[in-house]
Amino acid sequence: MSILINCINLNKKYMSKVALEEFTLKFEAGKIYGILGPNGSGKTTLMKIIADLHKQSSGEITVCGNKPSHETRSKVAYMPTENFIYGWMKVKDSIAFYKDMYADFDMEKALDLMNFMELDLNQKVSSLSTGQRARLKISLTISRRAEVVMLDEPLNGLDPISRTKIKECIIEQFDENSVMILSTHLVTEIEQILDEVVFLGKGRIVLQGRAEDLRFERGKSVEDIYREVFAHA
Amino acid sequence: MEFNNDLPIYQQIMNMIKYDIVSGKIPSGQKLLSTRDLAIKLKVNPNTIQRVYKELETEAVCQSKRGLGTFVTEDDEVILMMKETLVDDMVKTFIEGMTKLNYSRENIIDKINCQFEKGDQQDVNIN
Repeated sequence: MSILINCINLNKKYMSKVALEEFTLKFEAGKIYGILGPNGSGKTTLMKIIADLHKQSSGEITVCGNKPSHETRSKVAYMPTENFIYGWMKVKDSIAFYKDMYADFDMEKALDLMNFMELDLNQKVSSLSTGQRARLKISLTISRRAEVVMLDEPLNGLDPISRTKIKECIIEQFDENSVMILSTHLVTEIEQILDEVVFLGKGRIVLQGRAEDLRFERGKSVEDIYREVFAHA
Repeated sequence: MEFNNDLPIYQQIMNMIKYDIVSGKIPSGQKLLSTRDLAIKLKVNPNTIQRVYKELETEAVCQSKRGLGTFVTEDDEVILMMKETLVDDMVKTFIEGMTKLNYSRENIIDKINCQFEKGDQQDVNIN
C-alpha cells in the first residue's frame, strides 16, 4: 500500500514547551487513523504540521512525496476545531467559497452532503446551531477529493444524532486512495471505524497499532486501553 | 449493532452473518450487501467488512464473484457443518458456565428438563 505521509523524528517546540517529540510514523492510503490522546498531547500540532500550517522544529516529513508546501496543501483537506467559516455567509455562499478555494472541490458531493446533513442552503452561518455548524464544517472538508483528509475533533460537543450522521458520512465518503486522520478523546464513539490507532501522550507515541489487533491482544476495547494508558496523564 | 469489546469486531460480524445463514434469515445463494453498504449499516470501517468477507470466503461460507459481489454458498453441506459448529460452541460455553457453578452432568440435564417443563407450562397458560 502506498505511503501518503511519512514522519521521521518530528519535533515541535513552542518556545520551551515541547508539543511533539520524536514522532515517527507512516500513514498508508486506504486506512482511517485515530490519533487519540488527552488535551495538550500534541494531536492538533501534528495535524497542523501535516497541513503546512506549522513548521516542525526538527525532523523530516513528506506529504504525498513532498515536503509540506503550498503544493501539498492542495492535496490535504484539514478541518480545524475552530469555527473558520464566516458568519455573514449563507450555507450556499460557504460552498461557493470552497469551490473557489479548492480545485478538487466536488460540488455535487457537497450538495448531496448538505441534504444528508439536513442543512438549509439559504440559512446564514451565524444562525446555525453548534451541531449544524459542525456538520457544515465536515461536509465542506470531505467534499474535497483530497488524498489526505484530517478532521480535528469531529465529534466534540455534538448530540448523538449528529454524531451518528457524521460517522455514517465518514464511512460512506471514505476513499481507498486517500488516508483519513481523526483526532479525538471520545474513543468509544469512534473506535469501530478506525483501522489504526495512535495513542499520543505529552507529544510522544505511547502505543500504536491496528485497532483489531490491540483489541484481540489485550482483550479490551480501545476505549479501555486508552483509560489504562492515560490513567496517570 | 452493539459490539462486545473484548473480541475483534470482524469476528463478531462474521459470527452474526453465520448465525443469520444457519437460521435461514439469509438464504443460501443470496447476495450479501456490498462492503460499503454493510459498513454504513453497522457503522464500522469498510476495511473491517472487507476482512469479514475475505475470511468467510476462506471458510467457504461465501463466494465472491468478480464485479457482482459476495454471495452465500449454495453448498448445503457447508451450511450444515457451520450449524454444527455453532451449536457445539453454544453448548460448550453453556456447560463450561454451569460447571463453574459446580453443576454436575446430572444436575445440568435436570435443570434443562426443568426449564423445558416450565416453558411448556407457560405456553399452556398463554393459550
